[in-house]
Amino acid sequence: MLKLRDVKAYYQTPKAVIQAVDGVTLDVFENEILGIAGESGCGKSTLLKVLYDSVQPPLKIVSGELTAEMKDENGQTVLLGPGEIRNHWWRFISYIPQGSMSVLNPVIKIETQFFDAISKKHNLNNKKEMHERIAAYLKELDLPVEVLNSYAHQLSGGMRQRVLVALGTFLHPQIVLADEPTTALDVVIQKSILLMLMEVQQRMKNSLVIVSHDMGVHYQITNRIAIMYAGKIVEVGPTEQVFNNPKHPYTQMLIQSLPHVGDRGERKGISGRPPSLIDPPKGCRYAARCPFVMDRCRETSPELIEVEPNHFAACYLNEMKGA
Amino acid sequence: MQKMRNILRLNRRLQVGSILILIFLIFGLVLPRFSPYNAIDWNVVPRNLPASKVHIFGTTSLGQDTFWLLTFAIQNSLFIGVIVAFFSTAIGVLAGLTAGYAGGVVDRVLSLLMDVFISVPSLPILILVASLLQGKTSLLTIGIALIVFNWPWPARQVRAIALSMREREFINTARFSGKGTLGIVVYEIFPYIFNWSVANFVNTVLVAISTESALAVIGLSSVQQATLGTMIYWALQYQGILGKKWYWIGSPVVAIVILFIALFLASTGFAEYSAEKRGRQSA
Amino acid sequence: MRFARFLVSRLITYFLVILIGMTIVFFVPRFLPSDPISAALGRITSSGSTMTPAQVSAMRDTLEQLYGLQGTLPEQYFNFMSRALLTGNFGQSLSFYPMPVNQLIAQSLPWTVFLLLTSTIIAWVVGNFIGLLTGYRSGKWYSKALEGIAIFLYPIPYYILALVLIILFVYIIPVFPISFSVKGKPFSPEFISSAIFNSILPGLSIIIGAFGWWILSMKALSSGIAEEDYVNFARMKGVGSGTIMRRYVLRNAILPQITLLAISIGTIFNGALIAEILFGYPGLGTLTYTAVVQTDYNLLMGTISISIIAVATAALVVDLIYPLFDPRIQYR
Repeated sequence: MLKLRDVKAYYQTPKAVIQAVDGVTLDVFENEILGIAGESGCGKSTLLKVLYDSVQPPLKIVSGELTAEMKDENGQTVLLGPGEIRNHWWRFISYIPQGSMSVLNPVIKIETQFFDAISKKHNLNNKKEMHERIAAYLKELDLPVEVLNSYAHQLSGGMRQRVLVALGTFLHPQIVLADEPTTALDVVIQKSILLMLMEVQQRMKNSLVIVSHDMGVHYQITNRIAIMYAGKIVEVGPTEQVFNNPKHPYTQMLIQSLPHVGDRGERKGISGRPPSLIDPPKGCRYAARCPFVMDRCRETSPELIEVEPNHFAACYLNEMKGA
Repeated sequence: MQKMRNILRLNRRLQVGSILILIFLIFGLVLPRFSPYNAIDWNVVPRNLPASKVHIFGTTSLGQDTFWLLTFAIQNSLFIGVIVAFFSTAIGVLAGLTAGYAGGVVDRVLSLLMDVFISVPSLPILILVASLLQGKTSLLTIGIALIVFNWPWPARQVRAIALSMREREFINTARFSGKGTLGIVVYEIFPYIFNWSVANFVNTVLVAISTESALAVIGLSSVQQATLGTMIYWALQYQGILGKKWYWIGSPVVAIVILFIALFLASTGFAEYSAEKRGRQSA
Repeated sequence: MRFARFLVSRLITYFLVILIGMTIVFFVPRFLPSDPISAALGRITSSGSTMTPAQVSAMRDTLEQLYGLQGTLPEQYFNFMSRALLTGNFGQSLSFYPMPVNQLIAQSLPWTVFLLLTSTIIAWVVGNFIGLLTGYRSGKWYSKALEGIAIFLYPIPYYILALVLIILFVYIIPVFPISFSVKGKPFSPEFISSAIFNSILPGLSIIIGAFGWWILSMKALSSGIAEEDYVNFARMKGVGSGTIMRRYVLRNAILPQITLLAISIGTIFNGALIAEILFGYPGLGTLTYTAVVQTDYNLLMGTISISIIAVATAALVVDLIYPLFDPRIQYR
C-alpha cells in the first residue's frame, strides 16, 4: 500500500540541517497493524508526516521514493506520489493525532469538525444524512451520540482520543496513521483505545500504522513492528518474532526495559543518549551505546539484512555468525 | 564596537520612529532657545504675512511668527506628554505590581479602581473640570487629570504580568534565598517589566498629548499657552480653513500626525526589539 | 452556573463604576474654585429680567436646593445621587430656561447613540475583517499594504481626522454642507436620508479613527492562532483554506476582540464627542459644549452623568454578548 525507498527527509533551517529521516526503506501492507517504535527524538513523528504526505518547509524530502497504491471508486489501483497523496486526505489515508486538548477547535461543536472533513469531496451535502451516518458509526464504536453535540472542553481526555479515532476512521480510509494514541492517558483508558483501534482495523481490514515509544502498546496489538533509532530503521519484522528473538542490540535493550510478570530483577535503562541528528556519526548510530560494539561499527553503517523470513535487522553481529 | 552593532540591529520601525522623535526633540527643546521672539506674545510681528525668508511659515492673525510659534507649541506639548507619561507609568506600574503580587483584598480594590477609571470616559470629566475653571485652567490641572485617567492602562497589564510571575520558579527561589519582597520586586521582576514599561511610556506620551490637544481644539485647555492643540484652536477661531491660512492650521496638524506616527513606531518597534532580544538571549 | 456567576460579578462592577463615576462628578466641582450659584444668578439676571432682593434670595435658595448645596456634605451627596440615579431629574436648563435638562438630553441622546453605534460597529467589523486577512494571509502584497495603512491611520487623533475631512469634503471638494442641517419632518424618508447624509462625515472620522486599532490587534491574534494545533489538524484533514479562516481562526480570534471592544468604548466615545462638536452634530457632545459655553451648570451635570451611564451600559452590553460566542463559558 505504501512504499518508501531510501527516503531522506530533512529539516532545513538557516542554523542547521536536521536529518530526521535518514534513508528509510519501509513497506506498509494491506490489512495489517504496523508499529513504529523508538525513543523521543528518533524521527518517528517526522516519518509519519512523510507517510501522510504532509511535508512543509522547513521539512523537505531530499531524496528517495514514496509511492502509495490506492483503490479508487471503480476498484482500480492508482499509484500516487508525494504531492498527490494529499488530494485524497481522509478518504484514502487519515491521521489520528495525540488527543491533547489543543487538537480540537474549542469553539465549534464536535459534529462540525466531522463535517469539515467531508463536505465538498464526498458529494454529501445533506446535513441530515451526514449526521445519520456519523451517528450510526459512533454507535458501532460504542461512543455516545451526544458527543456530536458537545464541545471539546466537555470531553475527558480518554473520550477525546476516542472521538479522534472515530474522526479519523469514519470515512473508512485504506490507511490510518496514529501518532502516540495512548500517551498521556491512564492505563485503563489506554487499553480501551487500543481495543477500539484493533476492532476498527479488523472490521475495515485496512492498514493501521501506530507510532509509539511504549513497547507495551506494540506488543499488545501490532502484527509487525519497526524499530527506529536516530533517523534510521534498525529492525523490522513480525511483532512476535522481534520480541522473542530481537536481532539488534537496541531492540534487545528496549524489550529488556519492559517489566515482566514475576520478574524481580532491577530494570535496566539504557545509558547515554541518541546521537545528534544534525551531525550524525559516520558509523552505526548506536555504536556509542552498544555493549557489543566493534571497530567496524564505528567506520561504516550496517544495512538491513534478512535474518529470518520477513525479519530484518541492521547490525554487523548478524553478519558475523553467518546467515 | 559591539554597542554600535547593537544599534544597527534595531528593527526598521524602531529606527524610523527614533529618528523622527529625535527631530521633534530638537525642534521642541533646542530650537525655541534661538527664537527671536517670545512666540506666545501677540502682535510682535505684522499679521497674516505669507511665507518669506524672514518668516518661514508666515505669520498668524494674532501677530506671531508661525514657525517659531510651532517650536514652542512642540516644546509644551512634549512637556505635557512626558510628565503625564512619567507619572502615570510610575503609578501604574507600582499599582499593577502591588495588585498582582499582593493579591487578596488589595488586588480587589486596586482592580476595581482600574476598571472604574478605564470605564468612565475621560473627556466629559475633563470638560467638566475645564469649564468649572472657566479660563483659569492651567496645564498643571489638566496634567493631573490626565494622570488620574491614564494610570490604569499600564497598571492592568503589569498586574497580569505580576500575577503570572508570582507562580514562576525563580521568584520562589529568590524568596527561599531570603530576599525580602522589595528585593524580589526590584531585582527579579523589574528588569522583566522594564522593557515593557518603556514601550508603554512612549505610548502614554501619545495619549496624553492627544487628549490635551483634543481639549485645546475645542477651547477648553489653557489657551494662553502655546501647545499644538491651542495653536489649532486659535487658527480655527480666525477662520483658518475658510481663510486658507494653511501654514497656521496645517503645520500643527502635520506636526501632530508625524509625531504620533513616530511615537507609535517607536513604542511598537521597541516592543518587537525587546521581544527579539529576549528570544535571542534564551536561544 | 458559571454564566450566572459571571453575570453577577459583571453587574456588580457595572453599578460600582456608575456609582464611583457619579461620585467623582459630585466631588470635582467642590474641589475647584467655582461658584455655580453666582454664575447661575448672573445668567438669569443678565437675560434681561430684574429681580427684587427678596426674589434674588428666594432664587438663591431654590438654586442651592437644586445644586444640592444645602445641608451637610453627606446629605448633599445622598440628595445628589438619588436625584441623578433614581429620579433622573437634573433640573432646568439655565440657558434654555425653563426647559428641563432631561428634555434636551432626550432630544440629543438618540443622535449620539445612532452615530456612535453605527460607526463603532462598522469600524469593528471592517477592522476585524481586514485584520483577519492580513493576519492569516500575511505574505500577500495586499496584507502588507493594508497593514501599512493601519499603522499610518491608527495614531492619528479623531479631531485631526475630523478637521482633515472637513477641509477635504466641505471646502476643497464641497460635497457636504458646512453645518449640520436635516430636512423634513421627523422620520419621513426625507428626514432619514438627510440625517444619514449629514452623518456620513462625522461617522467617517470615527470609523477611520477607530478601525486602525482593530486591524492591528486582529492581525496579531489571527497570525498567532494560525499556528495553533487545531488549525494545523484542520489543515491535515483537508479542510479548505477559506473554511479554516472563518471557522477556525476567526471564531477563536474574535473572542478577545469582543472584550477589547467593551474596554475601548470609553475611548471611542471621547473621539465621538469631539467629532460631534467639530461637525456641529446635534448629539450629546454639542449639547455638552453648549452647556460649557453658556455656563449652564445643570445641563452640564446632566450631560456628563448621562455620558458616564451610557458608556458603562454599552460596555456592559458588549461584555454580556461575549458568552454567546464562547461555549466554554456557556456550557460548564
